[in-house]
Amino acid sequence: MSTLEIKDLHASVILDDETTKPILKGVNLTINSGEVHAIMGPNGSGKSTLASTIAGHPKYQVDSGSVTLDGQDVLAMSVDERARAGLFLAMQYPVEIPGVTTSNFLRSAKTAVDGEAPSLRTWTKDVRAAMEKLKIDTDMLLRNVNEGFSGGEKKRHEILQLEILKPKIALLDETDSGLDVDALKIVSEGVNRALEQDNTGIMLITHYTRILRYIKPQFVHVFSDGRVVDQGGPELAEQLENEGYDRYVQAAAK
Amino acid sequence: MSTTDQTARDTQDTSEEVGGVPTGEDRVAIPGMSQEGETLQEGRNQAGEPEIRHTQHGDISGVPDSSRAGRFTSYDVADFPPLTSTLEDWRFTPLKRLRGLDDAALDGPAPAVSVTGGDAVEVTSVPRDDARIGSAGIPEDRVSANAWSSFREATVISIPRDAEVQEPLIVTFTGESDRPAAQHVVIDAGENSRALVVLRHVGTAVLSQNVEFSVSDGASLTVVSLQEWTDDSVHASSQQARLGKDATFKHVLVSLGGDLVRVTPSTRFTATGGDVAMYGLTFVDEGQHLESRLFVDHSVPRCKSRVNYKSALQGENAHGVWVGDVLIRAEAEGTDTYELNRNLILNDGPRMDSVPNLEIETGLIAGAGHASTTGQLDDEHLYYLMSRGIPEDQARRLVVRGFLFEIIQQVGVEALEEQLRASLEDELARTES
Ligand SMILES: Nc1ncnc2c1ncn2[C@@H]1O[C@H](COP(=O)(O)OP(=O)(O)O)[C@@H](O)[C@H]1O
Ligand SMILES: [Mg+2]
Repeated sequence: MSTLEIKDLHASVILDDETTKPILKGVNLTINSGEVHAIMGPNGSGKSTLASTIAGHPKYQVDSGSVTLDGQDVLAMSVDERARAGLFLAMQYPVEIPGVTTSNFLRSAKTAVDGEAPSLRTWTKDVRAAMEKLKIDTDMLLRNVNEGFSGGEKKRHEILQLEILKPKIALLDETDSGLDVDALKIVSEGVNRALEQDNTGIMLITHYTRILRYIKPQFVHVFSDGRVVDQGGPELAEQLENEGYDRYVQAAAK
Repeated sequence: MSTTDQTARDTQDTSEEVGGVPTGEDRVAIPGMSQEGETLQEGRNQAGEPEIRHTQHGDISGVPDSSRAGRFTSYDVADFPPLTSTLEDWRFTPLKRLRGLDDAALDGPAPAVSVTGGDAVEVTSVPRDDARIGSAGIPEDRVSANAWSSFREATVISIPRDAEVQEPLIVTFTGESDRPAAQHVVIDAGENSRALVVLRHVGTAVLSQNVEFSVSDGASLTVVSLQEWTDDSVHASSQQARLGKDATFKHVLVSLGGDLVRVTPSTRFTATGGDVAMYGLTFVDEGQHLESRLFVDHSVPRCKSRVNYKSALQGENAHGVWVGDVLIRAEAEGTDTYELNRNLILNDGPRMDSVPNLEIETGLIAGAGHASTTGQLDDEHLYYLMSRGIPEDQARRLVVRGFLFEIIQQVGVEALEEQLRASLEDELARTES
């Protein structure tokens, strides 16, 4: 049983001219193993900033607050240490990495996270089986990471990594965006497998309620202007579906 | 527009990348970087005018024309002016570190030649008056001419006509002296032959070397020139190729070891249908000067050239130089050429000079372009890899390997590619420790 605890987190984006712009304005959130927390909010409300700050993206700076995983100070860790501690971020826009094959990448990541090379005997078989479940062509293994992948392939590749790396807590940043219904179902099944088989705790960042038909959250948090402004159970998502974010955006503007 | 204006404009176009790239903050990230350069179609620039371009040169006495078209050549070292850093050809080279290759009597022992593989290939040592010597080129600089004046015997590697050489021929040059020496090598590929020759330079040497590649009609020759000298070695190598009708030549230059290594590969066409691909990979460590200056002389119609050089640089006073001169003469209609140079600077300290020069004297070409980029590793690439638990040093190595291995893949012989990958791993391990 693991716990990710975010307390009064304030963070800024570092702009190209080195100035900073505050985005997160006091986020409080606790995620335990096996729980699904939907983070819903309008575009620009800071959802990706929250995910990237937890993952340690160099463009974001923590101004105050804390993030701990099972009591360990996440903010003191380097990006790779955070991943090895059991955090995973499925990115909204995964980058293409020329010259690094997906096969080599997956093996390197698995070795790093587990602290030992995966069993030669089962590794290839396991990866192929995981790819098959996500309906990913195994040719992807020979292609460079994300290079020339379609939007859907990139998202499936993120979920493939989730299933292979088996993190304690996964942050999924708009994994649903740009997917058609079939792809959305396939990707959701992958997330549900991680929940059931690995008891992963999930932060499911989304703008739309569509994915919540396939991945059932126990908790729904409404995010606006850099903080959680409302929370509740699945019924809150339904309410958002009907009413939209207007109420919260107007409240934040006041 | 006058020629002078055009030169100025061209110089400006690529000024971000050429002439000494700073190692400051404003470098472009690469790969996946923004890319300077231009692709000209049918010899037209964006204004629709034919592109005519002359390269800027220092004032070289005795040289009739400042463009590469008029580059002076001679077998006699005395015909070349003494080297100074004002000479265009030498402006990036630390002349003091040449250890006399330009001036001294080159009477040290030349690296020993040993040969393995290459069934059907004949390797002989011949005297200076052998007819094959001089078949592919005349020295274009003083250091090359000094070697030409000094060598005693030449190594001739002869691939019989119609021979299909299956096994790569590995020629190892083992240096065992730091006294300035001269060496001459001729590779003569007979008509319609196919072969792959590896020139592997190891040990310690202070060497000026002329290597000639005579690629006869219909022949296909691949040459891999590998510089793996000790850190105190100095090596200047003029590697000149002459291609016959429908000949194919692939040249892969890999410079890893040496204090100063300056390789000047050039390709000339004598008939239509010639096809040259020139690849380069350099890994420049602390204190090293690794320079590649290539020249492709399109002087006949309907030939093709592709150039792709990459380098990685790391450490204080690591200095890489790439100069790519491509000349399309007036008579070379239907030419198709593209040259690319990409450089990855791994930390603060190295300096890279990258100068693409494309001179076009005819509007009737199939295509011509060049690009040059110098930048650092992309933070977003490192972040993505690290966010999957991969430690930073390993993430950097993955990306650098990926960047450089593209060139190694051009060799096309698995056993050799594996050796090269291993050599590169040594370099990477060395620069990280
Ligand atoms: N690199 C950046 N440069 C400038 N502004 C940024 C940058 N990253 C995020 N922002 C700003 O931060 C705010 C939150 O963005 P983001 O976290 O991406 O929101 P969301 O994921 O909820 O759409 C937005 O106003 C956005 O414009
Ligand atoms: Mg976002």
